[in-house]
Amino acid sequence: MDILVLMKVVPDVVEELEVGSDGKSLDTGFLRTILNERDDHALEQALLLKDKHGGKVTLLTLDAPDIDDVLFTALAKGADRAVKICGAGSVSSTQMAARLFGETIAKTPGLLPVDLVLTGVSAIDDLDGLLAAPIAQKLGWPYAGVVTQATLADKTATVVKEFAGGVRGEYDVPTPAVLGIQAAEKPPRYVPVAKVRAAMKSQTIESVDAPAVEAAAGVEVQQMAKPRVTGHAEMLEGSADEVADKLCELLAKRGLL
Amino acid sequence: MANIWVLAEAGRGQVSEITFELLALGREVATQSGAPLEAVLLGSNARELAQKLGAADTVLYADNAALADPVPENAATALAQLIGEKQPAAVLVPLTNLSVDVGVVLAAQLGVPFLNYCKDLKADGGNLTATCVLYGGKMEAAVTAAAKPAIIGILPGARSVEQGRSDKPANITDVAVSLAAPKVRFKKYLEPETSDVDITQKDFLVAVGRGIQTRDNIELAEELAATMGGAVCGSRPVIDQGWLGLSRQVGKSGMLVKPKLYVTLGISGAPEHVEGMKNSQCIIAVNTDAAAPIFNVAHYGIVGDALEIAPALIEKIKARKG
Amino acid sequence: MDLDPVRISLMGLPGVAVLWALTLAAFGVFGFRAWQLIGLLLKARPENRFDQPGKRVLYFARHVLLQPRLFNERSIGLPHFLIFWGFVVYVVCFNWSLVRGLAPALPAPYPDEVGVAAFFLDVFSVAVIVSLGAAVVRRVFFPPAHLHLSWDANLILTLIGILMLTTLFGAGFRLVGEGKTWSGWTPFGSMAAAAFAKMPVESAHGWAKGMWWMHMVTVLFFLVYLPYSKHLHLLASPFNVFFGNLRPAGDLGIAGGSEEMAAGSTKWSEFTWKQLLSGFSCAECGRCDRACPAATAGFPLEPQQLVQKLKKHIIGAGLAKNGNGSPKLIGETITEDEIWACTTCMSCMERCAVLNEQLPIIIQLRRHLVTEGQMAKTVQDALNNFNRYGNSFGKSDRMRAKWTQPLGWKVKDARKEPVEYLWFVGDYASFDPRLEEITRKTANTFKAGGVDFGLLYEGERNAGNDVRRIGEEGLFEMLRDKNLQAMAKAKFKTIVTTDPHAFNTLKNEYKFEDDSVTVVHYTELLDQLVQEGKLQVARKVAGKVTYHDPCYLGRYNNIYEPARRVLKAVGAELVEMPRSFNRSYCCGAGGGRIWMEDVEGVKERPSESRVREAAALGVTTLVVACPKDSVMFQDALKTAGLEGKLAIKDVIDLVEEATRPS
Repeated sequence: MDILVLMKVVPDVVEELEVGSDGKSLDTGFLRTILNERDDHALEQALLLKDKHGGKVTLLTLDAPDIDDVLFTALAKGADRAVKICGAGSVSSTQMAARLFGETIAKTPGLLPVDLVLTGVSAIDDLDGLLAAPIAQKLGWPYAGVVTQATLADKTATVVKEFAGGVRGEYDVPTPAVLGIQAAEKPPRYVPVAKVRAAMKSQTIESVDAPAVEAAAGVEVQQMAKPRVTGHAEMLEGSADEVADKLCELLAKRGLL
Repeated sequence: MANIWVLAEAGRGQVSEITFELLALGREVATQSGAPLEAVLLGSNARELAQKLGAADTVLYADNAALADPVPENAATALAQLIGEKQPAAVLVPLTNLSVDVGVVLAAQLGVPFLNYCKDLKADGGNLTATCVLYGGKMEAAVTAAAKPAIIGILPGARSVEQGRSDKPANITDVAVSLAAPKVRFKKYLEPETSDVDITQKDFLVAVGRGIQTRDNIELAEELAATMGGAVCGSRPVIDQGWLGLSRQVGKSGMLVKPKLYVTLGISGAPEHVEGMKNSQCIIAVNTDAAAPIFNVAHYGIVGDALEIAPALIEKIKARKG
Repeated sequence: MDLDPVRISLMGLPGVAVLWALTLAAFGVFGFRAWQLIGLLLKARPENRFDQPGKRVLYFARHVLLQPRLFNERSIGLPHFLIFWGFVVYVVCFNWSLVRGLAPALPAPYPDEVGVAAFFLDVFSVAVIVSLGAAVVRRVFFPPAHLHLSWDANLILTLIGILMLTTLFGAGFRLVGEGKTWSGWTPFGSMAAAAFAKMPVESAHGWAKGMWWMHMVTVLFFLVYLPYSKHLHLLASPFNVFFGNLRPAGDLGIAGGSEEMAAGSTKWSEFTWKQLLSGFSCAECGRCDRACPAATAGFPLEPQQLVQKLKKHIIGAGLAKNGNGSPKLIGETITEDEIWACTTCMSCMERCAVLNEQLPIIIQLRRHLVTEGQMAKTVQDALNNFNRYGNSFGKSDRMRAKWTQPLGWKVKDARKEPVEYLWFVGDYASFDPRLEEITRKTANTFKAGGVDFGLLYEGERNAGNDVRRIGEEGLFEMLRDKNLQAMAKAKFKTIVTTDPHAFNTLKNEYKFEDDSVTVVHYTELLDQLVQEGKLQVARKVAGKVTYHDPCYLGRYNNIYEPARRVLKAVGAELVEMPRSFNRSYCCGAGGGRIWMEDVEGVKERPSESRVREAAALGVTTLVVACPKDSVMFQDALKTAGLEGKLAIKDVIDLVEEATRPS
């Protein structure tokens, strides 16, 4: 069972984000990026499937600063091969990213065949689309998103999708297929720093040139800003006892106590 | 401007509340653009659900056995056919786990973008401008949606549910779609593990987040909940940690709750959680971080250690109750 | 009359020949076993414990010959000391006797023919018989909770009894055989002789020789049995002490160790030979278990059991034909919960009578689990945060010095201007909102004391002490390297920190290229400032307080007095807790435990036990000198129901209050 995992980095929101001088995008001066959390889950799900069924896990990403660290970490976790798509510049449109991924997968020798393409179902910077569905469309493969479990058997992936209120749905997806992963069955595994360093020494990252694709259209950012805080709680101050007293007063006034 | 469509989310005999939120928003946009508002309901034997969508000028109701189960591919294909016939300006899609796949597959089929994370939408002349929430809520972008049609994923909570409900009898138009067997086959629903309590039925909830630090401190939350006959629930990290069962999860992928009183202990207020609880009548948030976004949602806030506040509160409530 | 016991015929063979046969057999078996065990050590990983021979001899003399560690438990200290020395003398006499028996031609007497030796053997045998009686009574009627009534121990006690009785009665029969009734050299033997005074001389000869043979056979049996029993410690522990750790206890580095050690150990051959020797040296005395906060609190860890399990695994798996089939060390012999329960407080190593090093063994096991990615989610999150942000809080490194903003004055950036002291603030003091005020008080007090200090600001990373003790060696190295790089850009003479954990690793594990860099704990600096009069006590702090010795300051680095001097100088009345100084009781946060959950079965968290201990003294305040202690004990006050009854204060709280200008 061979699996292709599509990964991308997104701005790390632990850091303070600022709007750039164009007023339409992030200030890249202080920007730090981090692997999209759901892509990390997609990788974990791929590794879990590999642990169970064997096969190869190949990573495919768009080139970005710090992407090598992400790829070596994934290789250290157990992925077999890493390929990055170079020369596309900084791709801020998910629609565009999907086209680059789709074309690359379809055209690059040696990437196909695979049984599954996994990627995070969404990312915090997905403004003009989600990655998986247009890639599935391009490849002519079935797609399922918001997946939280996946098992493979004989040309069929059985997946569980998460709905609301704890209800989930089970589906059969014929392979090859593209899955948008919401969460892996287990939290992403830890890989010690020493293993990542070993991967840096022993493994290499392949590069492919970005294919020419049609530019994204239809969605244009006019302006970006930090959200105005619309409402704010009335803050209660004082010692724990005082605060508790105030709360009780308020609850009583509202008829809750 | 052409019609504004709202994709109604219905399943298992119910119309989801977010459908009414979208109808309320859609009505505003339709008014601004001088276009009719149409709800699209895809289902099988779901006519009585279509009746509930009176807020729309027209309900396009496609009844097809292949639409009985939640198969995004079928719903998207059906929508694409209807769009081909009727050429709406925009399709508002609920940004829920159930419906998002319909939106993205539809956009992929039509080869147009799927405008994501939209919390507000305005029409100005022929232009649609969306306000989209990016980077986990750290930024908001004003975005023009120029695609024809514009497929827009609307976040829960864009408008209130009440605004989108109407007593008017729905004006239902039956539409036909032809669907082939889908590639992805729905097998069955998996029900949540049966739980001791149904948190959606409680008037008082104490919600715990990562900030409570250890599993042991859940006891404290339980004690607080017990003072007023409530229950304990939690945000996703606490559930993932295994400290509380799945049935106690509040948020986008958990339960949507609106109790009379919702007290959060150590919850920072990630959008995923806020979506599930922001309609609570009274929200009290306790968190050590004064900048936590939960304070933007809460009615009353306390910057402090939940492990200090909770015991004090338990004592005072007990004292008041005698 | 010939009383030489080897001049007899046994089953037609001359006695000397029989003795030779028995001796060769016994030493053969013993030698085989020793060769087997040493063979295992030779197959283990390397560790250089052959340096500083002179120091090692002194170390050996102190800990083997004088045994100060044994006296840390008063009831057994003296008895064990006497048993040890009695044993030494007996061993000498036995070998003397054996050599004399094997070589009848030697122109030397048997030891019991020499007055002084005979006197010693006589008196000691009775003393030992009385002690054995006491031991039997204790074991049968008043067994202490920690004593296991093992088959092994009972057999050994029986054998010792036989040895003593044969000595005593041997002397008696000998006197009868010589036709005497009394010898001043053997007063107790004389009493035995009196009981058999009427025995014919020939019979007495026979009995005397019989006693000698029984004695020799018992000792030879003992020799065979010893390396198969817990009394292997008699043979192994002197070597264990000689090869003991002469480096700082707070340095986990292994001299001459192989790089593979960083990936951990999961079977016997992946430990160093010295770590395996710890297994052979354990006397099962239980000192470590009684000192262990994890064991006391009800966590599934007992250091002695862990070492014993390791020993069982070494011998079981190491000597098995192909090693297969014996239970795995991790998972089947030692559970993961056991391995993670350790708070790395150093109590076990501080107490161990044979100077075993339990902690490095536990950390080897942890390293293996880390390599396999097997750890609690909470630990994993902490490690990921360390890796990405350099702190466990998952906050941006740019926010590290945010606590300085309300100060109203700018703390120097040591990377931009030279300072005398580089203040390494540490994660908790920097990021935990509950500690910010304490950190600012420290800054203000340093300033008031005229200390020229600066920070690394966002260049500082977690020092890595606890990361290393979780077993993430690669991450520790990464954090250390980043800190060293940041420090290389700064000009300073001394590093000061409030965090004993950071202090330990900076002092012992960072290996600054510049030897002149010293690392001090803030209590040392405060002490110095008060002594030099740079910090003037403006108002005395009243009240009775007690002081908690942080593990990483006290046991790890032997720093006990500065904080106490400071507390007294500011006017506090210091009352000691029963568990203080090197017996201080861990708060439970160390070794990464602060990021782990309690497990089922925990009776009383270490931190709760500690605040109760402090509260029982009737003091107003428990004074701490570690940011993690502040957090741990504040929480424990709540769960132990002591809020309002006891205050937790940092040393700096008292100092600031006493020295703040009015």
